[in-house]
This record gives sequence, C-alpha cells and structure tokens, in this order.
Amino acid sequence: MAIGWYLVVSAMIFAIGAAGVLVRRSPLVILLCLELMLNAANLALVAFSRMWGGEDGQVFALIVMVVAACEVTVGLGLIVAMYRRSLPIDVDDLRELQG
Amino acid sequence: MSAVLFFIAAIGAVSGAIGVVMLRNQFYSVLALVFHLISLAALFLLLRAEFVAAAQVIVYAGAVMVLYVFVVAYVGGGEETATRSSLRILGPLLAIAIAIELCIAMLGTALKGISGKGAPYVPGFGTPEHIGRLFLTKYLFPFEVASLLLLVAAIGAIVLARRRRGLEPDAELEARYHPPRPAWTGTMAEGGGMTHYDEPPGQPEGEPVGSHR
Repeated sequence: MAIGWYLVVSAMIFAIGAAGVLVRRSPLVILLCLELMLNAANLALVAFSRMWGGEDGQVFALIVMVVAACEVTVGLGLIVAMYRRSLPIDVDDLRELQG
Repeated sequence: MSAVLFFIAAIGAVSGAIGVVMLRNQFYSVLALVFHLISLAALFLLLRAEFVAAAQVIVYAGAVMVLYVFVVAYVGGGEETATRSSLRILGPLLAIAIAIELCIAMLGTALKGISGKGAPYVPGFGTPEHIGRLFLTKYLFPFEVASLLLLVAAIGAIVLARRRRGLEPDAELEARYHPPRPAWTGTMAEGGGMTHYDEPPGQPEGEPVGSHR
C-alpha cells in the first residue's frame, strides 16, 4: 500500500480523537481520546519512517509512547484524587478555575 | 495480500476509535481502545516496524489499558449523559474540518514518497537490534530523559493518589498495637505498684481475671 493511505488513516484517527475530547464529559474518556490522538501521531511517524527508510521515526514513536504512559499515569492519579475528595467526575461541573 | 490486510487493520483502527468516542459506557470505551491499539499494531507490522508493534501490544494494550480498567472499576464508571453545550454539534463538525485539512496538508505536499511504497527494504529494518543500537548511540540523551520522565510520573501519581490522612492518631491502629487487657494480670508495672486501680486485688482463690483471651 502507498504511504499516503496510512497518512489518511492517521488523519482520521486524529480527528476522531479531537472530536472525542470536545464532545465527551468524563475525564477518563477524554484521556482515552488523547491516547487516540497520540496514536495517530505515532502512525504518521512510523509511516514516514518507512517512507524514508530510516528508523529514527520509530525511535520517536517509542518516545511518544513513553510520554503517553506518563500522561496516563498522572491523569489517572488526578481522577483518583478527585474521586477521593468526592468531586464530580465531570469536566462540565469542574469549573472552579473559570474565574 | 498486503492491501487486504491494510484495509482490515485500518477499518479496525478507525472503528475502534469511533467506538471510544460513541460508546456511553466507560468500560466499553476502554475495550474499544484496546481493539483500536491492536489494529494499529497490525498497521505498524505492515509498515515493517516490528519492535514498535510489539511494544504497542505489550505496553499499551497490556499494561496501560489494565491501569485504565482498574481506575474505571475504582471510580465506578457508569453511563454519562451527553453534554448540554453547543460543543455537541460543533465538535464533530470541527473534527471533520480537521480531518479534511490534514488530508489536504499531507497528501497535497510535493513529497514523491507519499504515493510510493516506501524505501527499499533492507534486512533487519525495525528489529529490536537496530532500534536498540539507535537508542544507545544516537538517541542516548532522549532515552535517559524518557527514563527520568517515567520516574517523575510514577512519583507524581503516588503523591496525587495517596490517602491524605495526615498524622492524627489512628484509633484502630492504636488498638491493634496496644490491646486492652484486664487488671492484675501480672505485668511488672503492677508488681512494682506503679499502676493504681480503684479496687485492690481480689481474693486469690477466685477465678482468674482474664486469664485467656
């Protein structure tokens, strides 16, 4: 398959993830949609790595996976802390910082 | 054959992504993401990125998703109601706009390689040996920074999610370490007269007070 097809799939996944961040209300699902966007970027990186024939893009994709794991850890820690303080697990109700 | 596999994996990845966004139950969202990640690993394999595909399945679909499932079970993921704001209509429209724009931006470039099948395959491309050599020579500094970042994130998660009980005495813990015992059961403090009870010791031939627990 041509490399362009992979890039189209990557663009679609990224757009679906962005829509999920905007539409959903639970922070857990918003984290899942962030994962979708990071994975779309990973797919594009690996596709370009295949296009150029170098492995640098794959190394970059692995680093992105490490960063995604860190983001998940901290985000889930925040959600657990919110649950412990019996705050609503809902981004529409958490608007204290809005001023 | 490669085209068939590509379309199966691509449809799986996109439908998994749609499932993450559309499903109301959070458990099903997580499971849809697992499906999406495994399809994406198949796409990585088609792109000859073997090590990235293996890491995707083991680290992402294995470890990270288990963390998600645990947190959903802990928080008690139920059905969520749809958002009331105007984002409900604007969000999908914006997503379609982003998708079209990204396709135009990436496919409209003058890169010749986009319509080709990629660089000629050299044996060993994407194997752990090549990736590991790159990580330990050319990309040593990002590798170390990534390990430091993982450490900081682990500590941060522990600090965020721990119980904030503080230092006040815990009655239950106190009772476990100093169990209450009846009077005159023969401690050295009693023998030395250092503890004073209200009533003197009773007749010695009576039943032993609290002889066993």
